[in-house]
Order: sequence, then C-alpha cells, then structure tokens
Amino acid sequence: MKAAIIVFPGSNCDRDVAVALEASLGRRPLMVWHRDTTLPDLDLIVVPGGFSYGDYLRCGAMAAQSPVMREVKARADKGVRVLGICNGFQILTETGLLPGALMRNRDLRFVCRDVWLKVETERSDFTNRYAAGQVVRMPIAHAEGNFFADDATLAAIEDQGQVAFRYCGADGAVDDAANPNGARNNIAGVFNPGRTVLGLMPHPERLAEDLLGGSDGKTMFESLVEALS
Amino acid sequence: MSAITPDLIAQHGLTADEYAKVLEILGREPNLTELGIFSVMWSEHCSYKSSKRWLKTLPTKAPWVIKGPGENAGVIDIGDNQAVIFKMESHNHPSFIEPYQGAATGVGGILRDVFTMGARPIANLNALRFGSPDHPKTRHLLAGVVSGIGGYGNCVGVPTVGGEVNFHPSYNGNILVNAMTVGLADKNRIFYSAAAGIGNPVVYVGSKTGRDGIHGATMASAEFDEASAEKRPTVQVGDPFTEKLLIEACLELMATDAIVAIQDMGAAGLTSSSFEMASKGGLGIDMDLDQVPVRETGMTPYEIMLSESQERMLMVIKPGREELARAVFDKWELDFAIIGTLTNTGRMVLRHHGAVVADLPIDPLALAAPDYDRPWLPPVKPAPLDPRDVPSTVSPVDALKTLVGCPDLASRRWIWEQYDHMVMGDTVQRPGGDAAVVRVHGSGKGLALTTDVTPRYVLADPYEGGRQAVAEAYRNLCAVGALPLAVTDNLNFGNPEKPEIMGQIVESIRGMGQACRELDFPVVSGNVSLYNETQGEGILPTPAIGGVGLLDDVSRSATVAFKAVGNAIVLVGETKGWLGASLYLREICGREEGAPPPVALHRERRAGELVRQLIHDGLVQACHDVSDGGLLVAVAEMAMASADHVGAALEAPSTLPLHAWCFGEDQGRYVIEVQDHDLPTVLEEAVEHDTAVRVIGRTGGHVISVGGRAIAVEELATAHESWLPGYMAGGRD
Repeated sequence: MKAAIIVFPGSNCDRDVAVALEASLGRRPLMVWHRDTTLPDLDLIVVPGGFSYGDYLRCGAMAAQSPVMREVKARADKGVRVLGICNGFQILTETGLLPGALMRNRDLRFVCRDVWLKVETERSDFTNRYAAGQVVRMPIAHAEGNFFADDATLAAIEDQGQVAFRYCGADGAVDDAANPNGARNNIAGVFNPGRTVLGLMPHPERLAEDLLGGSDGKTMFESLVEALS
Repeated sequence: MSAITPDLIAQHGLTADEYAKVLEILGREPNLTELGIFSVMWSEHCSYKSSKRWLKTLPTKAPWVIKGPGENAGVIDIGDNQAVIFKMESHNHPSFIEPYQGAATGVGGILRDVFTMGARPIANLNALRFGSPDHPKTRHLLAGVVSGIGGYGNCVGVPTVGGEVNFHPSYNGNILVNAMTVGLADKNRIFYSAAAGIGNPVVYVGSKTGRDGIHGATMASAEFDEASAEKRPTVQVGDPFTEKLLIEACLELMATDAIVAIQDMGAAGLTSSSFEMASKGGLGIDMDLDQVPVRETGMTPYEIMLSESQERMLMVIKPGREELARAVFDKWELDFAIIGTLTNTGRMVLRHHGAVVADLPIDPLALAAPDYDRPWLPPVKPAPLDPRDVPSTVSPVDALKTLVGCPDLASRRWIWEQYDHMVMGDTVQRPGGDAAVVRVHGSGKGLALTTDVTPRYVLADPYEGGRQAVAEAYRNLCAVGALPLAVTDNLNFGNPEKPEIMGQIVESIRGMGQACRELDFPVVSGNVSLYNETQGEGILPTPAIGGVGLLDDVSRSATVAFKAVGNAIVLVGETKGWLGASLYLREICGREEGAPPPVALHRERRAGELVRQLIHDGLVQACHDVSDGGLLVAVAEMAMASADHVGAALEAPSTLPLHAWCFGEDQGRYVIEVQDHDLPTVLEEAVEHDTAVRVIGRTGGHVISVGGRAIAVEELATAHESWLPGYMAGGRD
C-alpha cells in the first residue's frame, strides 16, 4: 500500500497519523505539502486533523480550495481511497467528496474525550477488520463535529448505507445521551456512496497503541493495509 | 515631541528616584520613546526589582541542569542527547480584564519561551486561581480562561495535560492564570539569546507589529482599581495559527546553521528582546524601525518599540544565511525582515524616517535596573491546632461526600475536556491523576509533569507553605513513579511595597529554597507576578511550582485507580491527624485557622524513594499521594477513578480521633494498593527505606467504609463530578 498524508499550514495530527500508519504498514507514509500539485501513484490519501489555515472563515473551507485538494479530488474520482479525520472530515465535506456539513457542537464547547462508536458495516476497505455492530472506543477532539445534512440528504446517506460509525453508549445503545455534539442520527463518520472515501470526527490514530489507553483505532489502519496491499 | 513632565513620568510607572537615575545614565532628558523604553525595562515585570535579591538564594544547580534561570526557559538533561526545556509564566492581569485573550496569549507567550530555545513544545500545563464561586464574575472568568487556554493550545497542537484550580474570595478581583510549557530538544541543538558577531543582521520574523498590548508590562506591575477595565486595549490578541507556523518555521531553520541567537518578543516586545540580546552579547544594535513589519500606518517609534503584538521573534543570523532563512519563513508565509545590524558601540540606536529617534546605552539600562531591598515583616506563625479542639459533628462518610464535591476538590473534567490533551500521540496518563505522563516521542522514556501549591498553607505560614508546595510537586511526580528532576516557579503575590506582603515573599522563597535543596530538585526557570491586589486587598500568596520528573520506562508508570478487589491498601508515611489549615476545617467547620502541616523533608525524600522503588519493581497496583482533604479523600479518589468503582474497607487506629485520621493533612504520605503476595516485600522495602507503612484496609465492594459507616462510591462520584458542570450551567439560567 502506498500512502500519503496531506499537510496544510495548521495541520497538527499529521505526525500522529503517520506514526499510526507506519505501525501497521511497516514504512513511513509520504508527507505532501499543501502547495504540491502533483501526487505520485497512491493507494491511500489521508487528510489529517488540525486547524488548516487556522480554520478561519469556516472549518476546512480554505483547505478545500487549496491546489492539492483539486488533485486529491481527482484521485478520489479515480477510486483512490481517501480518509479524512476530524479537520480532514470537515475538509472532505467542504470539497464535496462527502455529503453533509460539520457544525458547531451542540453545547458550543470544544470536547476532548473517548467516545463509544458502533461500527455500521465491515464492508469497506476502512472497516473490514471490524465486525458490523461492534462497539469500539476512540477519542474525539473538536468544537465543530456536529454532523448535519438536510432531510433528503440524510435519507440518502442512510438508504445507501453510507454511515460508517455512530456515537453510542458502552452497551451499543445509539441514543441522545451518547451523542457528544448533536450530530444528526448520531453520525460520527460517513462514506461516499462507493465507500472509497471515509470521513470521521473521532481520531483512530490516537488509540492505536495499548500504552496510550487502547488500540481500537489500530484496526482501521490494519483494515486499510490488508485491503490495499 | 512631548515635554517630559512629572505627570508623564508617573504615568510610565517610574518613581522620582528612578527618573533621576535615567537622567544620570543619559546625561540629558530622554525623549518620549526613550522614556517608554526605560519604563518597560525597569517595570517590576521585566526587571524583578523587588524580588531578584531573594530569587538569587534559590538553588539552581545539579549535575543534570544544563541551563538555570536567566535564559528564556530552564534546560535539563534527560540522557540520550535529549534535553527538556520548560518554564511557567503568569498572565494574571490581562486574564482578569479579558479572560479569553489574556489566557490565550499567556499560553502563546510561554510556548515561545520554550521553542525559542530550540525545543519542540510537547506539553502544556496551567495553575489557575479564581474568586469565590459566589462572586458574580467568577463563572464568566472561568469560562473565558478555559476557553482561551483551549483555543490556543488546541490549535497549535500541543496537548494540555495537567494543571490545578482553586477558588478563594481573595482572587475575586485578581485571578491567577499561570501557564507552563514543556519542550523537548536535542542537547547539542539548544539556542540562546546572546547576540554575537559585529555586523551580523538582526532579523524580525512572525506577525506584524500593531498597536496592541502597549504597556502591558507596566500594567502587570501595578495594582488594580475600578478603572482597570479601561485598560482592555493593552491586552494583546493571540493568533494560534500564526504561532503554529512560527513553531514549524523556527524549528526548520534551527535544523540549519543559520541562527546565531534568538529571542522571542514577549513582555515589552521589541524593546526587551533587543536589549536582552545585545546586553547578553555585550554589543550594540543599530535598528531601522522603518523596516519593522507593521499592521497599521502611522505607527510611532514609541508604539513600535512598546507594542506587545504576539507571535514575533528576533534573531541574529549568520552573514550569508539571510536568503536561506528568508526562504523558510516564506514557505510558512510569515513576515521576515532585516531590521538592524549588530555594532560594537554598546548602544541601541533607533532610526525612523531617516532620523535617530533614540540613542541609549544598553548595559546601564539592562543591567542597572533598580534592585530594591524592600522592608519586610516576618510573618507571625500561627499556633498549631489540637485535633481535639476541632469538633466532629458529622460522620466521616458524610464529611467525605461534602469534601469530594466542594469547589476545591470537585472533578475538573469540565475544564480538561475542553483541552486537547491527546494530540501528538504521546499522552500516557491523561489529566485527573497525580501527575500527567507523556512519552518522550520515539523512545520508551516518559516525563511526569505537575503544578502545585496550597495557597492557604502559604498564607498561614509562608515558610512552611513554600516548603510544602515543592514537597507536593515532588510527591506527585514520585506517585506516578518518576524521578523528580527540576522545577519552574511562578511566584504570585500582592504589593511588595507592603512589608507584610514582602514578608510573605521572602519567607516563602526561603521555604522553597530549602525544600528544593533537600530534595535535589533545583529551580531552573521562573516568573514573578507582584501587585496582585485590587483596591488594596492582596491575593493569597501563591508561589506555584511546576515540577518535571523522568521515567526510564514509561510503561511502568503508576495510576491512581484501584485495580482489583481484595488487595491491601497501604498507607505510606506518618499520620498525626493534622487539621490546622485543612480543607476539613474550612469546608466542614467553616474555620480557616491554625498552622499548616509541617513538612519533614528527610522523611519526604525517603518516602518518595520508597514509592518510586516499589513502582519500578512492579509491586504497586495503584498509587496516590495524600494531599488536600487527607487520607479518606485520597482513598475515595482512587475508588472513583477505578473503572467499576472498586471500593475500600478501612480500619482506623484507635489512637487518634477518627476525623483527624480521616481528614488530617499530614505531609509526606501516599496510599498504595498492593497484592497480598507482594505485601511482605513491600513491608521489607519500607524498613529498608526507614519509612512508616501500615495496612489500613482492603479494596472491595462498591462502598467506602470507615468507623462503622459506609457510602457508595457511586454517590461520591456523583457529588464529585456534578459540582463544576452544575455550577457552570447555572450561569445560563
């Protein structure tokens, strides 16, 4: 698997995801600076978390207009797998690679803590090592993670099986008490219709090592390595 | 040019004597720009004029200390050619006036102090003090400060891993916001601020200079009054995005050989950075203010020199490396300007629009800043309180529930969940334990980090309180298994011109110094914040200590949570039932009196060595230091932290009043959880370390029981977790 991580001014989880990917992949992924407009042959592009361009204007809005994202979009259209984490998810919705938008958290505050997630499907290159219905733990760290889509879009997302993860309780119950930010239908991560692009607010790279408190996130990187190698 | 009137001199915070010294140094009257420069350079904030003779008494050396106080931050050796660079600094006055920006720029400033020396910042901590929860401003200030700390730290991508918060009415009009940054550098790639090389270019990088923060350093050196809110324009505005770019750009340039010297522009901006660099190098600077990148047109030399705009650095570059340096800052889209040249004149010559607008000798200004031996009164030591004089009107478990839910002990989760405490992927122990633990990236080593002081002890007895602050930091590091290496201090006091306040300063520094010496825990950096008074009322004396310790094997760190049912609960250290100045006395009896618990430093050290040894040998399932609230609170915190609320059955000795045993705040103690088969070894080790240990109970059940009464851990946890969110939600009704 040939993987690259896009680095914007203000990205701050680029190193973290590189470390986690390297642990599963066995070699360091390529780091691509935002001004680069050509990409080598790739199987996976990661758009990492952080505050690209300071998140001024609107989270992810400026990054979505950067030269490298035109190239990312072109690759995604050709089927290259794209993973957007946190700010990366916001950027992917801003570019139109994923549906919906990430709004300010319901209680208006930044929140950093572990959440429980229900895996909606194992049928993707990102989730094949999980089981459908499995409850996993990953941290969130965001102020704008409140997933919104209008009724028609939401219905389409649900109908086409585009939901990847939902916020749930430790027992797997998907309810409002387990919703950390007000996301519609407790959506924590969504696919594009072809399940070749995934965006999620939780950070799989932050719980990919037992020393740091858990390794449920590592399973996602192992899934990708297995599917794309 | 304005005439220099006595009023103007007073507005600049200079006394008549200080102004006479200005005239003597210059041999003429200063112009306004020059007066402004003297004013900020000689402010309490920049010159430490009331405290420096006392700070000199602190121990600052150890074989592992690479650089003690005097640089931007302290530097210690952690082996493997790695150095840890750290410091704590206050941003109290700005945070009271504008809590979000005041706290945010406090974080930004301390980050720059650390990365300017070549370190990548790897962790932030803080020590916060707010007024009474009943005070109408407290909720607003707390929300703003927490949001500001998070807003800045989260964006720059440095985890905020720990800290402490107290509430007390003495902070009603003067909150304390102390921010600490810890960074990691290669030992052979540390950067200093002394300018060198006559003719070398002086380079300005980062954000443009605006009119914000002019006279921030002078503001931080005066008491507050009702008109202080009008000083809001002197609070700087932070841009963490630019700071993130500045970190990356500086570290990228530092990997080359281009930089001779570097200094961040903090308090007193371009003035103090340029004077400090020149003074340390024994050189002069010719500076062309027309080259300084400015945000607004029409800025005067006075404004350019005194602006405290954020996210700016000053560097001396090797000749011939200008274009390399410029390319790095271009890549990160930051301003880069050559604004001056090093000279051999020993003078700072400033030009603007072709004219010389200031011409000042550097050393007389930088080194001859006033040094006051202010009169001080030795504090009156309160008499110790006999525990038998403290009534026991409520059962211990009811008192416990009140204590774990009181403002000073309630869970801080509402605060630290607003801080990204996991970014950088090395946070091994998150907030909520005795000390935060972060892995040294790419290695198996770890750093333990803590901030501590108990202001009510310092008020009762500044000397003992100063000793206790250091001892508690030492204990918190030992409690996770780390070897305590060094501290940074942030000394927050009232008006030093009052002899009783000066007495607090002198005595607490004496206590800190003694503890640091006896614990081999030297002071490598620090900051002093005086004049923390509003309308003549001083704050509790608050010398905050930031401690750093090292774990050789980060996977062996101990945590506070009880791990299993049926283990022995062992109390390390001696218990006399000391209730003077305790939280029990204040929260349950409504009294603030008595001498604080004394610290026996030799016992503190032995207990710390024992606990570290036991943790290292894998004999400890859980460990927690005993501090605010005493033994029963410590045990309850271990139970509440455990995944399924494992409780504890305790057996109190009959030799002490029960409430004194449960809630006395005797120092030098830890609670450890030990498996039965390890108990004999633990007891032997304790004898070896000449430290008292005693099995006080057993883990199990889901209740804490003592003295024939019990309370569910769940009930305690609800009280513990609900106070702060409930309090903060109250503001929205």
